[in-house]
Amino acid sequence: MDKFIRLRAIAAPLPMANIDTDMIISQNHLKTIKRTGLGVHAFANIRYHDDGSEREDFVLNKPAYRKAEILVTGENFGCGSSREHAPWALKDFGIKCVIAPSFADIFYGNCFKNGILPIKLPQDVIDLLMDDASRGANAIITVDLELQEITGPDGGIVSFEVDPYRRQCLLNGLDDIGLTLQKKDLIATYEAKKRLSQPWLFKD
Amino acid sequence: MPKTLYDKLWQSHIVEQQDDGNCLIYIDRQIIHEVTSPQAFEGLRVAGRPLADKHAMLAVPDHNVPTGADRATAVNAEDSQIQLDTLASNCQEFDVEYIPMLDARQGIVHIVGPEQGFTQPGMTIVCGDSHTSTHGAFGALAFGIGTSEVEHVMATQTLVLSRLKNMRVDVDGDLGIGVTAKDIALAIIGKIGTAGGTGHVIEFTGSAIRGLSMEGRMTLCNMSIEAGARCGLVAPDQVTFDYVMGRPKSPKGAAFEQAVAYWKTLPTDEGAVYDKEIFLNAEDIAPQITWGTSPEHVLPITGIVPSPDDEPDADRKIAMQRALDYMGLIPGTKLQDVTIDRVFIGSCTNGRIEDIRAVAEVVKGKKVSSNISAWAVPGSGLVKLQAEDEGLDQILIEAGFEWREPGCSMCLAMNADKLGPRERCASTSNRNFEGRQGPKGRTHLMSPAMAAAAALTGHLTDIREL
Repeated sequence: MDKFIRLRAIAAPLPMANIDTDMIISQNHLKTIKRTGLGVHAFANIRYHDDGSEREDFVLNKPAYRKAEILVTGENFGCGSSREHAPWALKDFGIKCVIAPSFADIFYGNCFKNGILPIKLPQDVIDLLMDDASRGANAIITVDLELQEITGPDGGIVSFEVDPYRRQCLLNGLDDIGLTLQKKDLIATYEAKKRLSQPWLFKD
Repeated sequence: MPKTLYDKLWQSHIVEQQDDGNCLIYIDRQIIHEVTSPQAFEGLRVAGRPLADKHAMLAVPDHNVPTGADRATAVNAEDSQIQLDTLASNCQEFDVEYIPMLDARQGIVHIVGPEQGFTQPGMTIVCGDSHTSTHGAFGALAFGIGTSEVEHVMATQTLVLSRLKNMRVDVDGDLGIGVTAKDIALAIIGKIGTAGGTGHVIEFTGSAIRGLSMEGRMTLCNMSIEAGARCGLVAPDQVTFDYVMGRPKSPKGAAFEQAVAYWKTLPTDEGAVYDKEIFLNAEDIAPQITWGTSPEHVLPITGIVPSPDDEPDADRKIAMQRALDYMGLIPGTKLQDVTIDRVFIGSCTNGRIEDIRAVAEVVKGKKVSSNISAWAVPGSGLVKLQAEDEGLDQILIEAGFEWREPGCSMCLAMNADKLGPRERCASTSNRNFEGRQGPKGRTHLMSPAMAAAAALTGHLTDIREL
């Protein structure tokens, strides 16, 4: 997995609440057996007209934000489906960090598996960052995962919380399956006990 | 210290308590389908990792399968077919039990798991699908996961998880005539919102919940994700044990007795404390209908389309206006005056035998309104056979319904089944998001009985007045 340590990038404002995973990547683009190539379809329903041309009013189509790597958005971002295609599409577009007042649980977890940092902050702080993100080409924000700090274009600093295990995985780009496999003996011990106490669960 | 059902499920699955506060949690069962598993198998292949326990897995295609009568020969969209073929070949390569499309047991993952006895109380169950919360109806800790976690479970039979909070939703009293588990679910979402359960497990308690069949409990737990809760739970009781007994993958004989003895220890202890509690009176719940593009945009059928002018919050006002524009509705319109084009009976929410029975009861001897196209899509091949055994298919067909083959169908429109632009559908599915049932399609969520009533009249209808 890609590491996430420090990111200095353009932040795009997307001030909508309840952006669901269908909106991030619609069902007709789930029929892939790959993880890549979905960026062009991210937010398709609000990003393109019916004829496939770009909607000028959609933030990521505006010249200043085409290379945005940070999204500042509304509450309950990523609600709905468990499809990891949603963070895959964001990542493929180039988004590496999403900042919102709240996230849906499954989407939130899926982000970390893909090198995307989701940051939860109180609404009043989001309002300030939304202002920062509305400055077009000057909407440059720095997100530092090591320090757990966001620095706005004017140098104002906001700190944020993140789960220590997930932080560690992101900072080091760790393959968490590999980490868990190092605990094979612990898993085997648990399983052996369970075979005795709940034998009906095991086939062989 | 008294424990909740969730506390017991969580603690009994801890492999390791990590220093950072997370736990390595053992996963008893994983169900897979064709949409969220290919990249996980590919990950295993690239890393050269074997499956931790192939017996803990069950695979069935559902999202992409055609549901027309000609499904055996139907030409699928190429990308759909690739996903279906990939599931079959992955299951062969990794020796995972796979139920093919033309097998009578095929159906939607969340209907097949319980039907086969693969789902049992006390288990941890995962699937790359958010509606895995359905299985919580058995008192199992069941939740949807992303594809990376699907791969993690395949390789290790575990997940690294942080503990969720306990929330109790208590529904006491007797449900009114025509009010179902779906109405309870929608009423709860209306009360707490689509993020009301975020970070929590919802345990449903109270006499109205205890009175539900397993089908009803599954409908309720299925919708807990629409309230933001990754897992829903109902404590296992005799209704649960009776449902599980005798199914192909259920324990048999002495093993079943041993299992029941364990399952009886799972319900929440007297005096256990929940982080959050919500109370509803069953008598207060009317049949529910969604008017907008989020499950929280819901009202009793007696209501009127709300106005953004009455919404004080600026962001919500904008969201509401957007929803009304998308749905093509004018504030002040009586919900019962809204005419529809399509009816969809089915999905992992309401594609079970009880749901088909409820529809048959409403439409028996009557006719679907002439301008309506009405579909009934059983949730599995076994539901279909059972319904046909009871003659329900004939009742539906005579009323003017199309009786189709099992699959996710028009719940999420990944197959050929979808709404046309601006078509309005009375749907028993779970999400009314923009485009969910087809680009620009308009979804009103409701119970099977309410959708059946709408099929007869051609407009949203109060089942109690039919």
